[in-house]
Amino acid sequence: MDSAIKTGSKTLENNVTSSEYVLEIEHLKKSFDDKQVLKDINLKLKKGENLVVLGKSGHGKSVLIKCIVGLLTPDEGTLKVFNKEITNLNEDELTELRRRIGFLFQNSALYDSMSVRENLEFPLQRQDEPLSEEELTPLIEEVLEAVGLLDAIDKMPSDLSGGMRKRIGLARTLILKPEIMLYDEPTTGLDPITSNEISLLILDIQKKYNTSSIIITHDMACAKVTNDRIMVLKEGEYIAEGSYEELENSEDEFVRSFFNSTN
Amino acid sequence: MSQPSTNKITTAETIAEYLPSSFQNFLIELGSMLQFFIDFFKNLFKRGFEWNAFIRQCFEVGYRSIGLISLTAFIMGLVMTLQSQPTLANFGAESWLPGMVSISIVREIGPVITSLLCAGKIASSMGAELGSMKVTEQIDAMEVSGSNPMKYLVVTRILATTLTIPLLVILSDAISFCGSWVAVNINSTMSAMLFFNKIFAAIEFKDLIPSIIKSILFGFAIGFIGCYKGYNSSKGTESVGVAANSAVVTASISIFLIDMLVVQITNLLY
Repeated sequence: MDSAIKTGSKTLENNVTSSEYVLEIEHLKKSFDDKQVLKDINLKLKKGENLVVLGKSGHGKSVLIKCIVGLLTPDEGTLKVFNKEITNLNEDELTELRRRIGFLFQNSALYDSMSVRENLEFPLQRQDEPLSEEELTPLIEEVLEAVGLLDAIDKMPSDLSGGMRKRIGLARTLILKPEIMLYDEPTTGLDPITSNEISLLILDIQKKYNTSSIIITHDMACAKVTNDRIMVLKEGEYIAEGSYEELENSEDEFVRSFFNSTN
Repeated sequence: MSQPSTNKITTAETIAEYLPSSFQNFLIELGSMLQFFIDFFKNLFKRGFEWNAFIRQCFEVGYRSIGLISLTAFIMGLVMTLQSQPTLANFGAESWLPGMVSISIVREIGPVITSLLCAGKIASSMGAELGSMKVTEQIDAMEVSGSNPMKYLVVTRILATTLTIPLLVILSDAISFCGSWVAVNINSTMSAMLFFNKIFAAIEFKDLIPSIIKSILFGFAIGFIGCYKGYNSSKGTESVGVAANSAVVTASISIFLIDMLVVQITNLLY
């Protein structure tokens, strides 16, 4: 078997100290009714790293990142974010932690009754110390400039295209200056050119804001551009990990099938 | 130490096995509603009240319902008077008409009909709006950004209905009286001064208190059920329709249940 392939519940290679990890998951399990969606997931994310999680639809990728932000509660296992066990946090501590994590939803999840400006203001106005209007405007303009959509500031979400909605969704998470970014299928439903723009934007964000990211996708073009490391999930189980090139030449048929589909 | 709890779970599970599944679902729904009720009160007293959202909701719920409530209240007063007049005339008791109309409107018809209309208009709109936000992950987005969707979406809506529906009921009562006066003047003549004097002479303090208590509870129930159904809708566009429909049906039934309870309790008290 390929050296990059690791099967079962083995933990990832640990050649860095625990403090360098922003996220550590061990033996994570999650079921819905009788269906076990996540079966013994182990994952560690280093500071400043882009980890791409590959997997077919319905194989537990989105469930994994929803567990990380506490939208879903795992059945078993440990899930430490910034060295804090997320399942042990009270409501206020969880809220505090969530402000350090950005989450880009698959369909952007923009608040459709609010303009772009109001969408960006919303999380900032609900901080412990809300900002004044004078303080908000430069922050909003900065993130909109970062995603290249300063012109859309007064538009409504319904007036935006799919790619623009993704960018605004990204700007809304960036405005809180997150240390970890979770991308749930950031390029799904976009044309190849816009997909590439979003992938490049993810890289820019990593460099500019020094974020650690988990990118959930089955778009190999996006995975190729954004990855520092790739992890493959199959039916809720971790089956392989490595660089793009390593996994491209994997002996595992399931792993290779992702790469074959792009060739 | 763990033995007694294991026994308890086993006993509870055994009892649950004997219950019909529809009743089990009813209990689950009831438990979920209770949890939502507790969450509402926990968030009600949290720091940073959403004043802007609350005022906007009062406008949406109250101001935007004035037209509908006024029209139906006027017709209600008019029709009720037209229907009662011949019967009272048979007994030579036409002079009792304003008193009878005022008591029935203030005590029962005004609060119940107004609240049923609001259940149709407001609970369904809340169920659909929050349901749609749930389906498109907007509520999840609020949560992961460290904002509090319960405080912003739910607390403001429930408080808005609790405050504005009693005001709509008062408005509805007043307009019903006007409708009634118009009806009286179709077949005979009675001055507005005399008519309204008779109306207010018939109403006592003990008629007003249950009516106001009822209206507040109806308002709370409409907001609570509308928000609960929307906030807890499952994923998928179909669930938005289900949430809206279920919100109207549940809110309407709860209006009658609350009415029955308040009437019983206030009859005992006064």
